[in-house]
Amino acid sequence: MKKNENTPHLNRRGFLKVASATGVAASAPMIFMKDAYAAKDFRNDPKDSKTVTLGFNVPQSGPYADEGADELRAYKLAVKHLNGEGDGGMMKTMKPSMLKGNGILGKKVVFSTGDTQTKSDAARASAKRMIEKDGALMITGGSSSGVAIAVQGLCQEMGTIFMAGLTHSNDTTGKDRRRYGFRHFFNTEMSGAALGPVLEKEYGTDRTAYHLTADYTWGWSQEGSIKKYTEKMGWKTKAAVKTPVGAGDFSQFITPVLNSGADVLVLNHYGKDMVNSLTQAVQFGLRDKQVNGKDFQIVVPLFSRLMAQGAGENIKGILGSTNWNWALKDEGSAAFVKSFGAEYGQPPSMAAHTCYVQTLLYANACEMAGTFYPPEVIKALEGFKFDGMGNGPTEYRAEDHQCFKDVLVVRGNEKPTSQFDLLEVVQEVPRAQVEYPHDMLGGELGPYEV
Amino acid sequence: MMKNLIKSNTVIMLIFAAVVLTAPMWTAPIGANYPDLLQKFAIFGIFAVGYNILFGLTGYLSFGHAAFLGIGSYTAVWSFKLLTMNVVPAIILAVIVSGIFALIIGYLSLRRSGIYFSILTLAFAQMAYSLAYSVLTPITNGETGLQLEQQDPRVIDSMFGVVVTDGLPSTNLFGTLMSGYSGFYVAAAFLIFAFYISLKIFRSPFGMKLLAIKSNQTRMKYTGFNTKPYLLTAFIISGMYAGLAGGLLASIDPLAGAERMQWTASGEVVLMTIMGGVGTLIGPLLGAGIIKYLENIFSALNKSELTEIFSFMPEWLQTIVVNISNVFVGEGWHLTLGALFMLIVIFLPGGVMEGVTKIKDFILGIFGKGEDNRTAEIEGEAK
Repeated sequence: MKKNENTPHLNRRGFLKVASATGVAASAPMIFMKDAYAAKDFRNDPKDSKTVTLGFNVPQSGPYADEGADELRAYKLAVKHLNGEGDGGMMKTMKPSMLKGNGILGKKVVFSTGDTQTKSDAARASAKRMIEKDGALMITGGSSSGVAIAVQGLCQEMGTIFMAGLTHSNDTTGKDRRRYGFRHFFNTEMSGAALGPVLEKEYGTDRTAYHLTADYTWGWSQEGSIKKYTEKMGWKTKAAVKTPVGAGDFSQFITPVLNSGADVLVLNHYGKDMVNSLTQAVQFGLRDKQVNGKDFQIVVPLFSRLMAQGAGENIKGILGSTNWNWALKDEGSAAFVKSFGAEYGQPPSMAAHTCYVQTLLYANACEMAGTFYPPEVIKALEGFKFDGMGNGPTEYRAEDHQCFKDVLVVRGNEKPTSQFDLLEVVQEVPRAQVEYPHDMLGGELGPYEV
Repeated sequence: MMKNLIKSNTVIMLIFAAVVLTAPMWTAPIGANYPDLLQKFAIFGIFAVGYNILFGLTGYLSFGHAAFLGIGSYTAVWSFKLLTMNVVPAIILAVIVSGIFALIIGYLSLRRSGIYFSILTLAFAQMAYSLAYSVLTPITNGETGLQLEQQDPRVIDSMFGVVVTDGLPSTNLFGTLMSGYSGFYVAAAFLIFAFYISLKIFRSPFGMKLLAIKSNQTRMKYTGFNTKPYLLTAFIISGMYAGLAGGLLASIDPLAGAERMQWTASGEVVLMTIMGGVGTLIGPLLGAGIIKYLENIFSALNKSELTEIFSFMPEWLQTIVVNISNVFVGEGWHLTLGALFMLIVIFLPGGVMEGVTKIKDFILGIFGKGEDNRTAEIEGEAK
């Protein structure tokens, strides 16, 4: 009988919107809203239920399906750990932590899943299903910024917290930031700031870049950030060509690169797209070419081990940035890799890492707030400082809900020691170097109570 | 006597309205009684009913109807951005604009018939999709999809002094929010209206002419009858239906993405119509319901839920059944859809409605009224 739980809530919301829209008694609804919430009346309140439902919305089909599958593995592992099963993983290394291993606030964690299909429409439909039908209290997932932004907007309207999974576009916590949306993953601005100096050191200041860009918010964002930092150090940008997501065949875009006079190809692609475009670029002989008296180089600003696995040999020696890598030696990473490996027989990807961390952070925020009431949970997360989650000291900045932490610059491993040892860390760029003012990207968080 | 009463428009409409409006109740046992899915049932119902006016009556198989759905959505979102958050202008504009596009595409495509017509419509729809996806990014926002923003002008709203203080404004119908159950009832009202128009068309001389075109267009032409204007009118009407559906989609969820225009979306409405029963009044609605149900419910089932469903069986049998059925749910829902579609096309070429007729005949047969009584039970049975 979930219908009955929802209906009065919606009606009250409806009433509120009408009241404010007609401009009658502007302050009255605010007081009313506060009173209503004081009675802890919010969407999908678990009340006396013994369980609490989380909604995992990941791509199970489409160009980002590999990442989605790994994200889902991480979520299932996080649920196990929260419920006190398994070895606890990062719950033991997280500092500060109020997690006890008895679910969240004493309620056992259960979950429902949805397939975003890497499409905004489908992602919103499955998020709605999980909120309206399955009673999900929190939605998490993504693997495409377009989808993450669309779902985040929906969650703000629904008053359901959204813990973004893998989403790298600046817009997620920039111009499209929302009060109910939180992102642990880094963004293209940080990638650019971290990668820029390394590119300068490796390839010099006299280079001409050619961008191939996935044609949606993340691609645009990454192209902008990389241009910004490379042009600052003297590189020229020959052209920036937009390619459709999930194109499969990129040869028609790569052929023009050959005679363009550019000597660096920047691939703003991700997932299977990146695997395809990089493989084709290498097959076309780009990496063996000499242009302007310099070796031709390829840069992949956002790297993940899953992509490296897909691209095989072609990835060797290529520079990029990443949020986390399983080969990190700190205590948190080690604990996570161990329990993930024991469960699934392979190390986790950075997508899995960020999703696992997000789930734990949400659970911990509920414990800190002592309630599931979203505005209180949001306040607990805002400005939360933590450590022991694989990225060193990390802070959830209150003004834009973006996590700030060190960024890894990595290179495709020339001599891998195992089938998973594909990326070597070139540099751990400290947080101070990648931080930017919170109002640089614009955007409004919106209200706590909706 | 009884039969005539059942066949009168008023009675049909009353029954239809009652069934649609009580949907939140009777969908409960199959787990489909949540607003988002109910809204989809109603909206894709409109889409399929409109498509059926073209495909069911004239036999012209359009493979590009999703283009009008997408055009409707984009128009509606632009209306929310530029004019007002009220859905009335958005929906009216969506219908008008998609009607104009239907006029252009229809005029060009209807120069050919049969497979050539299908390919032409498919080409136009793919063109519209590519335009929306990359070329017209300033208008459509490309792959990210067109979304509302706080600083949108909303001219009419600001004229009336509606101030947006914090967060995005919501779409509404003179104050009634379009999300949740109220959104469903608005969509349901439109569905009932759309169904009524469709019923009227099916039973009008115009509908008869369309049917005549389907059965033998050459003969029609030899009798000196110009079929073109009738075909074009049918095409525009069904395009407007698609635009209405698109506008409603944008109204309940103000976001328009290019994937709405992709050929898969066009194929979906063809599937819905064939599955339910081409040329029948109710069939396309049933088809839309079946496909949306599979897409939303079957795709969400997983192994642990199946284990729960089959928990009444002995353990060894349960394991086998769960393992087999697991292939057909979750990501495998397309497989279920494909299998179901095959079964229907092979055994019930007239769609689900043919099954209904057969069952009805069977029951009547038991009471000794059998075949002789079987007049055209379904509207427009011409095959």
